[in-house]
Amino acid sequence: MKTALLDLKKLSLRELNDYLHHRLAAEGISTVDILNPNGMHNIAVGLDRAVEVNIRGNAGYFVAGMNQRATVNVHGNVGWSVAENIMSGIVRVKGNASECAAASGHGGLVVIEGDASSRCGISMKGCDIVVAGSIGHMSGFMAQAGHLLVCGDAGAHLGDSLYEAVIYVAGSIRSLGADAREEPMTEPDHAKVAELLDRAGIEFRARDFKRVASARTLYHWNSANHNRY
Amino acid sequence: MCGIVGLMIKSEGLRHSLGSLVLPMFDCMAERGPDSAGLAVFDTAVKLPRRRFSLFSGRGDCDWNSMVRELESATDAKIDLENCDNHAEIVAPLDALQLRSWLSARGNDVRLLAVGRSMTLFKDVGRPDQVARRYNFETLEGTHCVGHTRMATESQVSPAHAHPFAAGEDFCLVHNGSLSNPYSLRRLLEEENLEFETDNDSEAACRFLEWRMRQGDTIEKALHAAFEKIDGFYTFLIGTAQQLVLVRDPFACKPAVVAETDQYVAISSEFRSLAHLPGIAEANIFEPLPEQIYAWHVA
Repeated sequence: MKTALLDLKKLSLRELNDYLHHRLAAEGISTVDILNPNGMHNIAVGLDRAVEVNIRGNAGYFVAGMNQRATVNVHGNVGWSVAENIMSGIVRVKGNASECAAASGHGGLVVIEGDASSRCGISMKGCDIVVAGSIGHMSGFMAQAGHLLVCGDAGAHLGDSLYEAVIYVAGSIRSLGADAREEPMTEPDHAKVAELLDRAGIEFRARDFKRVASARTLYHWNSANHNRY
Repeated sequence: MCGIVGLMIKSEGLRHSLGSLVLPMFDCMAERGPDSAGLAVFDTAVKLPRRRFSLFSGRGDCDWNSMVRELESATDAKIDLENCDNHAEIVAPLDALQLRSWLSARGNDVRLLAVGRSMTLFKDVGRPDQVARRYNFETLEGTHCVGHTRMATESQVSPAHAHPFAAGEDFCLVHNGSLSNPYSLRRLLEEENLEFETDNDSEAACRFLEWRMRQGDTIEKALHAAFEKIDGFYTFLIGTAQQLVLVRDPFACKPAVVAETDQYVAISSEFRSLAHLPGIAEANIFEPLPEQIYAWHVA
């Protein structure tokens, strides 16, 4: 187990990401500690190997974007679009996340231990997202596949224009978006919730999650509506 | 894209550091808005009938001293002048109408940027970090300030189009976003005989809010009227003699982050511009919610 210590007060962002992309493997590094992130954007984007990266502080926009295989832990808050387009691996935020967390994520797991702001999981395409706190408005907009689990409350217009992603919410839902509907929780849903919480390492015992999924009324053009247009 | 910064100092002992604390915030947000910049600073109010007038001349060789002497002899008033580059502040026992008509009769290119008892406003074109040094932002003192770095998207790049926009007295606004209906706002206000200096959408929002407050609205009530009347994307930061006020539109598409400690309230488009502030590790850091009004008062 070799650890690399990278200080963003001494390295430029480009040097840091270049190290993570090109030198890590050759040096046999398995964990990386990044110091003084100070809200900088694009930290640890495009990782593609099984390495653990700990970012010690607050990160800016797009942290751990396009992640593959790596585990990235942010010990602080993050700005917009954390883990955008995540493909695999785990991205964990110990604090709060700003807008568009895990936007268009294809796979892997994103854990927000605090709150996530608006548009969480927008257009997600197969990743799983677990938020221990609450999420903001327009979350799960056009979400296509994967799961968004929220232990707190959901903001307005949840799941607007949903495709096949499934949303679980333990708290209140301010309002549902177009074509999103609440559905009964089945045993497979309960099992999925338990599995997601377990994978995320979030202790949360409530059993009464709400399941929100697509009513699928927007999937096809309905000629009966022609006169409305 | 534009950058917004704001800072209110809570403890009196830090007021002399207002400029040095806000300068790195401002420099950092230059990346969001590289074409022009501005800062409104609020300090102790001068006693009426004296007011602070922020003036701008684009000529580069404006003889501010002789202008002030002319104004003194025309108005029989004692006038104080502080000038720096294209900018001057005069403190004079006049009102805005008197000064504006004197300036227009004098017929050169000196423009009145802002009026108030507490507020001084600087704005100019150029890279924000250079604008900040041109006008010595680092040395500014006061209770609070409102700053902006601009990336123009809907109207031209000129000193007049830079933010903050000011209206009335001791009132200014900066805006990140774009409004969809600035012209219907303008038509509404022009019917009330309000005049505009530019075709900028943010100026319409600034004048709308200040007009509502002159009609007797509190800033909260004026903002609720704005939620009804103003369509588009915005994060607005508003400065008055006593307050900093922050709002975001219902979609909250334009960013903002707040950091509050016992010593200060700091507002920025992005956290990275707050990361240098003293005590930031212990600050209460949050993202303002859409259509919520956040107001902080001078202690």
